[in-house]
Amino acid sequence: MSKTPAALFDKVWDSHVVRHIEDGPDVLFIDRHFIHEVTSPVAFLGLESRGLKVMFPEKTFATADHNTPTINQHLPVQDPLSANQLKALESNSAKYGISHWGLGNPKNGIVHVVGPENGITLPGMTIVCGDSHTSTHGAFGAIAFGIGTSEVEMVLSSQCIMQPRPKKMRIKVNGKLGKGIVPKDVVLYIISKLTAAGATGYFVEFAGDVFENMTMEGRMTVCNMSIEMGARGGMIAPDETTFNYIKGREKAPKGEAWDKALAYWKTLKTEEGAFFDKEYEFSAADIEPMITYGTNPGMGIGITQHIPSAKQIGSSKASFDKSLAYMDFHEDDNMIGKKIDYVFIGSCTNGRIEDFRAFASVIKGRKKADHVTAWIVPGSHIVEQQIKDEGILDILLAAGFQLRQPGCSACLAMNDDKIPAGKYAVSTSNRNFEGRQGPGARTLLASPLVAAAAAVTGFVTDPRELI
Amino acid sequence: MAYDKFTVLKSTAVPMPIENVDTDQIIPARFLKATERKGFGDNLFRDWRYENDGTPKKDFVLNNPIYTGKILVGGKNFGSGSSREHAAWAIYDYGFRCVVSSFFADIFKNNSLNIGILPVQVSEAFLDKIFKAIEANPKTELEVNLPEQKITIVGDGASESFEINGYKKHNMTNGYDDIDYLQSLSSDIKTHAEKSIY
Ligand code: SF4
Repeated sequence: MSKTPAALFDKVWDSHVVRHIEDGPDVLFIDRHFIHEVTSPVAFLGLESRGLKVMFPEKTFATADHNTPTINQHLPVQDPLSANQLKALESNSAKYGISHWGLGNPKNGIVHVVGPENGITLPGMTIVCGDSHTSTHGAFGAIAFGIGTSEVEMVLSSQCIMQPRPKKMRIKVNGKLGKGIVPKDVVLYIISKLTAAGATGYFVEFAGDVFENMTMEGRMTVCNMSIEMGARGGMIAPDETTFNYIKGREKAPKGEAWDKALAYWKTLKTEEGAFFDKEYEFSAADIEPMITYGTNPGMGIGITQHIPSAKQIGSSKASFDKSLAYMDFHEDDNMIGKKIDYVFIGSCTNGRIEDFRAFASVIKGRKKADHVTAWIVPGSHIVEQQIKDEGILDILLAAGFQLRQPGCSACLAMNDDKIPAGKYAVSTSNRNFEGRQGPGARTLLASPLVAAAAAVTGFVTDPRELI
Repeated sequence: MAYDKFTVLKSTAVPMPIENVDTDQIIPARFLKATERKGFGDNLFRDWRYENDGTPKKDFVLNNPIYTGKILVGGKNFGSGSSREHAAWAIYDYGFRCVVSSFFADIFKNNSLNIGILPVQVSEAFLDKIFKAIEANPKTELEVNLPEQKITIVGDGASESFEINGYKKHNMTNGYDDIDYLQSLSSDIKTHAEKSIY
C-alpha cells in the first residue's frame, strides 16, 4: 500500500512533534525563536519567578525594532518607558547568553527582515516570535507563526510550544501579473476575497506560477500578510530561488552542512494528491493595483473601483458603517483622486530592497508633492546600506525625500512616528485598523508603487499611469 | 504564571456587538511599553473608551454603569490582528474572566487560554440571542459551566454547548499552565534537539 501523499505543511510539522497529546495540542519543537523588546520582558520575569533557565540560548535571537526611533539613533532614547524596554532586552539577552542586535548594531532592524537576510531563517524550520507577522518566514518553506508572551516563556524554558494542529488551506494563483502589479497587490487581493477572518484556523500554502516566479522579497510580502486573513501562517515551497537567496548568508549552513541541508530542503514539496481542508484558485489577470478603504485589511479593492456596500462584501451594516465613518469615506466613492497627507514606505511587509527599488522607479525624475509628508524607512541597516549603494538614496534626495533609520516606525504607532488624527496615509505596512498608525489616523494600505504615485501627486493615483 | 481555577462562572455581561474587534483596539500599541504585567486594564479599549483629553466617551459600553460583569460578549472575529498577549492581560486585569463570541482569532484564543480567560465560541444565532436578552434586560446573567462545556442565558433558560480540548479544559479547571507540563518533558525535548539538523 502506498503512503498517503503529504503536504509541505505536514512534512515540516510532523518532523517537529515531540509529543502528541490525545484530545489536546501537539508539543512542537521550535528551531528558531526571535524576540524583541515589547513582548519578551514579562516572559523573562516569568522565567525568573519560576527559577528556570533558557534551555537552548543559541536558538533564540534578539533584535530591537518596535520601540526604536528612526532618527538620531546615536542619541539616547528619549522616552523613558521605551528606553526601559530596550534596556530590558539587552540585559535579559546578556544574562541568558542570547545573541542581541540592539539599537546601533549594524545588524539591527525589524525582526522579520533581519532573520532572513542573515540566513537565520531556513527551509523546513519551525520559527516563532512574539509577533504576529512571524508568518513572513514561511516564504522559505518554514512553519512560522506569531505567539503570545506566555508562549515566549515556554520556548525560552523548553524550546517547545503546545499547538493544536491547524487545518490546511491551499491558495493557488496562476497566470501572468500585469504591468505595475506587485506581490503586495496579490496578497491584498487574496485577503479582499477571503475577508480578514477567511483563513482563521488554517495554515496556508501559496502555490502556482505567480508565487514560483516571485523573488524571495515578494514571497515574504505575501506570507507576511497571511495573518491578515486570519491564517496561523502561510508558506511557499522552497526552490532554486530560495536556495540562491540563502547561499552564502552569514548564518546559513556552509560546506558539507550546506549539501546535507540542501538535499533535505529539496524534499520539501507538497506531493500530488495531498489533502487540503480548503482550496482557492485565483487568476493573476484579475488583479489590479490594490488599495484599502476601510479599517481591516480585508476591506480592499482594485484602485480603479468604487467603495462597495456592506451587502456586497457580506459585512454587518453597523460594523461597515462604523468603519467608513472612521475613514470619512462613503459607499460608491471613487478611490482615485482622494487627497493624501502622509506616505509611509517600510515595515516588515515592504521594507526590503526590492520595495525601495520599486518606489524609486516611480519617483525618479519627479518631485514629492508639497503637501505630503513622506516617511521612508528601511527594514534594516543592511537594506539602508543597499539603498545607498544602489544610488536609490540619490533619487530620493533629488525628488525631495529624506531617508530615515531602520525600525518598525509608523507601522504601529508605538515609537515617535505617528500619523496625526484625521490625516490620510498611504502605507505599505500591513494593518489599517483604527488608530494603528496613531490615534485617529486613517490608513490606506497599498504597494510601494501606489505609495510612490501618491507621494508625487498627493492624491490616490493609479501607478500604471506613471510607469 | 499560574492562574485561578475556572469551573462555573455566573455573571452579568457586557455586550459589544462589533465585528472584527482587533487587539489594537483592545489595547493600542502606545500602551505596550511596560516591562511588567500590571495595570493594563486601565487602558483597555482606550481609544473607544476615552477622548484624547481623557474624558470618558459617554456612548461607549464600558462607560455605561448599566452594564457590568465578568463576561464580555463580542461580535464575530474577536481578537484579530496583533499577537500581543497584552490584549488578554488588559481584559483580565479589567475584571473579565470569559469572552463570548461567534468566532475568535487563533492567537487571541491561545493567549486567553494561557492566562486563564475562557473564550467561549457560540453559534451566531445564540450570540444574537445573548445580545437581545441583554438589550431587553441589562441585568441578564449568563452561566458558563466549563466542566459541562455549556453556556446558559439564566432566566431565559436557553443554552448551548461549546468546545474546548480536553487538555486545556483540565488545565483551566485546575489552574495549571503549559510550562509545568513542558518541564516534565525535558528529556524527550533534548533527544529531539540532538537529531535536529538546525
Ligand atoms: S513592522 Fe509593523 S508589523 Fe512588522 S514587526 Fe514591526 S510593528 Fe510588527
